[in-house]
Amino acid sequence: MPILENLWIIPLLPLLGSAINGLFGAKWSKPVVNSIALGSTGVSFLCAVEAVREFLAGGSQPFRKEFFDWIVAGSFRAGFDLQLDQLTVVMLLVVTGVGFLIHIYSTGYMAHEGGYYRFFSYLNLFMFFMLILVLAANYVLLFVGWEGVGLCSYLLIGFYFLRKSAADAGKKAFIVNRIGDFGFMLGMFLLFRTFHSLDFATVFDAASKPEVAVEPMGQFGILTVACLLLFVGAIGKSAQLPLYVWLPDAMEGPTPVSALIHAATMVTAGVYMVARSHVLFTHAPTAMYVVAIVGCATAFFAATIGLVQSDIKKVLAYSTVSQLGYMFLACGVGAFGAGIFHLMTHAFFKALLFLSAGSVIHAMGGEQDMWNMGGLSKKIKATFVCMLFGTIAIAGFPPFAAFFSKDAILFAAYNYENGGKVLYGVGLLAAVLTSFYMFRLIWLTFFGEKRYDEHHVHVHESPGSMTGPLMILAFLSLTGGWFALPALFGGKDYFAEFLSPVFGAGEAGGGEAAQSMEHILSIVAVVAATAGLLVAWQMYSKNVKRGTSEGVHKLLYNKYYVDELYAAAVVRPLVWLSTNVLWKVVDAGMIDGTVNGVADGAAAVGDTVRHTQSGNTRSYAVWVVVGAIVVLGIVFWPILHPAVFGGVR
Amino acid sequence: MVPTNYYLILSAILFGLGVLAFVFKRNVITIFMAIELMLNAVNLAFVAFSRALGKSDGEVFVLFVIIVAAAEAAVGLGIIILTARNRRSLNVERVDLLKL
Amino acid sequence: MTASVIIFFVLAALAVLASVSLILQRHPIHSALSLIVVMVALAGLYLLMGAEFVAAVQIIVYGGAVMVLFVFVIMLLNAGEEERTNFSKLATFGGIPLALALSGMIAAGIARSSSQLATSPATAEGAISSTRQLSMLLFKDFVYPFELTSFLILIAILGAIVLAQREN
Repeated sequence: MPILENLWIIPLLPLLGSAINGLFGAKWSKPVVNSIALGSTGVSFLCAVEAVREFLAGGSQPFRKEFFDWIVAGSFRAGFDLQLDQLTVVMLLVVTGVGFLIHIYSTGYMAHEGGYYRFFSYLNLFMFFMLILVLAANYVLLFVGWEGVGLCSYLLIGFYFLRKSAADAGKKAFIVNRIGDFGFMLGMFLLFRTFHSLDFATVFDAASKPEVAVEPMGQFGILTVACLLLFVGAIGKSAQLPLYVWLPDAMEGPTPVSALIHAATMVTAGVYMVARSHVLFTHAPTAMYVVAIVGCATAFFAATIGLVQSDIKKVLAYSTVSQLGYMFLACGVGAFGAGIFHLMTHAFFKALLFLSAGSVIHAMGGEQDMWNMGGLSKKIKATFVCMLFGTIAIAGFPPFAAFFSKDAILFAAYNYENGGKVLYGVGLLAAVLTSFYMFRLIWLTFFGEKRYDEHHVHVHESPGSMTGPLMILAFLSLTGGWFALPALFGGKDYFAEFLSPVFGAGEAGGGEAAQSMEHILSIVAVVAATAGLLVAWQMYSKNVKRGTSEGVHKLLYNKYYVDELYAAAVVRPLVWLSTNVLWKVVDAGMIDGTVNGVADGAAAVGDTVRHTQSGNTRSYAVWVVVGAIVVLGIVFWPILHPAVFGGVR
Repeated sequence: MVPTNYYLILSAILFGLGVLAFVFKRNVITIFMAIELMLNAVNLAFVAFSRALGKSDGEVFVLFVIIVAAAEAAVGLGIIILTARNRRSLNVERVDLLKL
Repeated sequence: MTASVIIFFVLAALAVLASVSLILQRHPIHSALSLIVVMVALAGLYLLMGAEFVAAVQIIVYGGAVMVLFVFVIMLLNAGEEERTNFSKLATFGGIPLALALSGMIAAGIARSSSQLATSPATAEGAISSTRQLSMLLFKDFVYPFELTSFLILIAILGAIVLAQREN
């Protein structure tokens, strides 16, 4: 049947898988749970491919269908509307494809863990919400998906909920996300107030009209404020400064979770949202400037922290934050296509890196500290090769994927008119650091003397269910960038061309001078990556041992003490406020006081009125007379009241 | 000609005196007599209005009031006899079994 | 100052004085006798207003039946002088203001109400209600309440008999 007409199938299948596994999976055996989880995701992927095929066959016309009305209030309508255009195609294929691979990997990784069915139920639920987010045709439905993935993130981070650190990390992720969501909601309200609708089609059409002026730099018009508020949401979801603190802690979750949610898909939702709203952002240069600066700063900041971490997953977490910064830098300087391109290549190599790290951890029997590894390259060859592929990719060596995407971003930054050179410089520096810390990881983990005790740790290669996806992802990390070969290599930028109906044709660089500059910058990027590799080789390939941590090293190792700063500046005052004001004064004092007060008041009234029942007949007689006076007063009031108030006789 | 207002004022005064007796007297029979006084005051007002309006309807109502008052007196005095035998006193303040 | 007005004031003064005496007397039998005086005075006032039948009924029923019943009961129960108990502070201090408020309110209402009522001419004395006219009203327009009141009296009789029975 035509999938495009029934787009709802694509998110529905994982939802069904989640529900079935969640309700009945506890009693079933692992193969049954596997088949349901993998089956739903796999079929969903096939449906996605089919939908893309239909889309392309139909001339790549943007497709939108309203399925049912969800909210109808006066003139406002938010429906369950799904759409498919070129941007959606990219996101859809990445989410379903990489998601499916990670599902396969998880069957091997989680084979010995408890709560197996629960894991897959949550994972499928996550797929459902992410697909809703990507397919949504209005901000409200996107927000539903947004919140849903946040929920699944919480559930999966805290998967080992008996560990306090895991439960705390889940809470931290959800709460920090919430702060971002608050900004997102305010942005949505502002958009609704301005455009009276939250459908993408309506809003973007209204904003593209010629009479809607581009707001000048430095001025905070309505669109600028709305875009900044939306970006606050993206900061929370995509872990940028200052709301990145949840992502490193999220490594408490199982490694497939880190790969899927915190590398490939959920954290990119912010980038997707900004790219989707590019019509609004291009009308608000101030907002784009802020996006670029935040992205660039985050890229550098996170890279510095990643330099000295000892937990293999933490290095990758900070690397994710840093790469997300690159994507936002791209969007900020106007190269939305490049940002999405980097999103796609990042999904490939970051998922690969995380899954390889998972494989290493699995091989080491749960050890995550790199200082307790070493010399693994001969023992776990397949994992080593895959991880090497991923590292070369992320460092930006051609012809691997990230070279093309990072190159496009840095080139666009260089050409940006408001301090683009500075942004370029910082971005380049961050690239050097990226290369350095990734190769440090490789040398510490796979080379040198083994720093672990062979008798306690039996290093073994991972099963095929784990290495299979690794190899597929390694292949994609190598070839994924070939969609956008710059002219240097004689190719066409297929990717930008594909996305140009969405983003406009301004992506392609023009002119000879620009092209030669691009060549120069590419070479500079490769040199920078090589520099990082050489320094890491120098420092870490020989026999090393862990040193003491002082000075700058200590500052970086403790993540600039940002968590402590937040705890003191934000968390402690809030907890104090909650305890002493909201609890003691408002809840116990006012609310309980009112409720108890009403009860006490009723008792007091009763206590007073009881005296009328004195048991003495003469006082009853008095009350009878009082009653008679009241009734007579009511009857005589029309005649009397002019008299009472001194009216005319 | 006696203006109607005079009768009405007299009725009001008698009614007020009836209320005073109702509240202040302690003998239950005297209280009952005060009720009769109040009914009489009201009768006076009825007849006065009947005279002022020229219709006899007021007097008919007076007849009914007298009938009802008579029936009420009969039954009420029966109750008073029983209560007085029970409490061995005609003081209304002695009927205080509901007092705490 | 016509004769009517003088007679009115005399009868009114008599009624008021008798009522005051009802309050001030200590023995209930004296209160009963004062009440009889009030009733007679009121009968006189009815005659003054020209309502002869009502005056007659007043004396016969009220004075002759109801008050006799009261006197019988007082004597039956051997009522003595009132005890001087005073358990209700509310009644002691609230009584006079309440009575004043009540009668004041009625008086004010009377005074404020339409003045045409105040000095409306009665039809010629004696002509407002011949007994015939009254009976026409009673047995034609008000026959239903009339029959009901006979029913009411029947119930009262039954009630009085049941109450006065001795325990067997």
